[in-house]
Amino acid sequence: MPDDSALAQTPITVEISALTRRFGDLTAVDHVNLSIRQGEIFGLIGPNGAGKSTLIRMLTTLLPPTSGTATVAGYDIVSAPAEARRHIGYVPQLLSADGSLTGYENMLLSARLYGVPRKEREERIARALARMGLTEAAHHLVGHFSGGMIRRLEIAQSLLHRPQVLFLDEPTVGLDPSARETVWERVLDLRNRFHRTMIVTSHLMDEVEEFCDRIALIGNGRIVAVGTAAELKAQIGPDATLDDVFIHLVAASEGEKEGSYGEVRRARRAARDHA
Amino acid sequence: MAKSGAPAAPPAITHERTMAGALESFVTQTFAVAAAEVQKLRHDPLELLTRAVQPVLWLMLFGEVMARVRGVAPGNIPYLDYLAAGILAQSALFVAIFYGISAIWERDLGVLQRYLVSPAPRAALVLGKALSAGVRGLSQAIIVYILAWLLGVSLDFNPLNILGVAAAIVLGSGLFATLSLIIACIVKTRERFMGIGQVLTMPIFFASNAIYPLSLMPDWLRAVSHANPLTYEVDILRTLMLRKGLSDYGLALDFAVLAAASAVLVAVAARMYRRMGY
Repeated sequence: MPDDSALAQTPITVEISALTRRFGDLTAVDHVNLSIRQGEIFGLIGPNGAGKSTLIRMLTTLLPPTSGTATVAGYDIVSAPAEARRHIGYVPQLLSADGSLTGYENMLLSARLYGVPRKEREERIARALARMGLTEAAHHLVGHFSGGMIRRLEIAQSLLHRPQVLFLDEPTVGLDPSARETVWERVLDLRNRFHRTMIVTSHLMDEVEEFCDRIALIGNGRIVAVGTAAELKAQIGPDATLDDVFIHLVAASEGEKEGSYGEVRRARRAARDHA
Repeated sequence: MAKSGAPAAPPAITHERTMAGALESFVTQTFAVAAAEVQKLRHDPLELLTRAVQPVLWLMLFGEVMARVRGVAPGNIPYLDYLAAGILAQSALFVAIFYGISAIWERDLGVLQRYLVSPAPRAALVLGKALSAGVRGLSQAIIVYILAWLLGVSLDFNPLNILGVAAAIVLGSGLFATLSLIIACIVKTRERFMGIGQVLTMPIFFASNAIYPLSLMPDWLRAVSHANPLTYEVDILRTLMLRKGLSDYGLALDFAVLAAASAVLVAVAARMYRRMGY
C-alpha cells in the first residue's frame, strides 16, 4: 500500500457533496460526502441495500441524484454527465459483457463507443486483452467464458479509453478464491502502473482490508465511518477486526431505523422496482 | 507502489471538438452498435431460419387460399404477388417490434449499462439499434424474395428497385424498432412488454394495406391506415418489388413519411433511453 503522505499529495479526482437519492419513501443514499484522491483504491462496504450500488450508479451518471452532486475527474455528474462519462470506467455488478459476442468483439464495441482512435484500436485491444490474460480466449464466445474470465474481460473493456476513475461494483462476487485473487492482482497492477483511481464495492471484509487504501462504511444510505482499515479498527478497540467495526457501526445505524412491517415492505418494494 | 510526486494522469484520449470530429464519432458509435448485431447473427445464423417460418406460413397458407377470392388485389396483379410485398413488410415489422424486449433483456443482464455509461450520445445508441433492426429486416427480405420467387411471384430484379426496397426495409424496420424501444423505456419489464407488443402488432398489421387494399376498408379504418407508417412502407415495396407494381401515394411521399416518422421517434427515444439506466 502506498504510504499515506504520498497519497495525501495527489489531487482529488472524486468529490461527492451531499449526494442524495430517494425512491419514494426510501432514501437509498442520504447526504453522502466523500473526497477520493487520484491513485486511491477506495472501498465501499455495507450490507445489501445499504446504498452502495445506488451511489455508484449516480457517480457513473446512470441515475440522476435527487439532490446534491459530485464531480468526477473534474466534471459535474449533474451538469456535465456526458463529459464525466469520457473519464469513467464502470464494471457493473451485473453481467455487462455480451455473451453472444466474442471477447474481441466485445472489446471492439467498447473501443468504438468510447471513441478510441481507429489507428490505435487494434493495438490497445490486444494489449488490454494480454494484460488481463485473455489473449488466447479472445476469439471465443463470451458465453463460454468462466466467471473470472468474464470479469477480467469487463475490466479490460472498461479500461480501453484510459479512464481516470474506474468503478468496480462487487467485482469478485461469485468468483472462486483464485479467480478473485487474479482480479485483485490486475486491479492493483493498474493502480500501481497507471495511477488510476478505483472505487470498489464489496461485502468481503478480508479483501477490502487487504486491497483498499481507504474504506467507507455505508449503512442506511449514510456514510458511517471513513478511514484506513487500521483507523477504523482503532475506533473500536485494540484487537478489533474489520468485522467488529462493521457490526458495531453499521448494525447500530441499521437498528436505529428498524421499522414496521409496512415500512419494510415499502422499502423492499421500492428497492426492487428500482433495482 | 506510489511515489511522492505521483506520475501525472494518463493523457485522456483527444476528442475532436470540431463538428466534423463529432459527426465522425457519432457515425462510428452508431455503426458500432449495428456491427455488434451483424456479428451476433453470424454466430447464430440458425435464428434467421427460424424467422423464415412465419412468412412461409403466411404466403403458403393464407396466400394460397386468398388467391382464390376474386377482386381483393387491384387490377392485373395476382393476389399472391400483392400479398408478397405485404408479407415482406410484415416479417420485418414482427422482427422490429420485439426489439424493445431485447433491450429489456439487455437491461436485466447489465449489457445495456455498458452502452449507457459510454460517452456515446444517446441518439447514436438508439440509431444504432434502429440500424440493427434494419439489418435483420434485410435478412428477412432475402428470405421473402427467395420464397416469393419459388412461388412464382413476378419479381423485379432491377438493381435500382432492389436498392429502393432495401432502403424502405431499413427505414421501416428502424422506425418500428425505435417505437418498440420507446415502449420498453416506459414499461421496463418483459411481462408488460409482451402484452403491449401483441396488442400493437395486430392493429399495425391489419390497419394497413399489407394484405388487402385500403379501398375495401370502412372509412374510419381507412383513416387509421392512412396514419400508419406501415402503409407507406408496403406501398414502396409493392411498387418496387413487383414487375407490375404501381404506387398509390407516390414514392416521394412514401419515403418522406417514413423518414419523418423515424426522425421523430429516434428523437423521442434518445430522450427516453437514459431511463433504462434507472
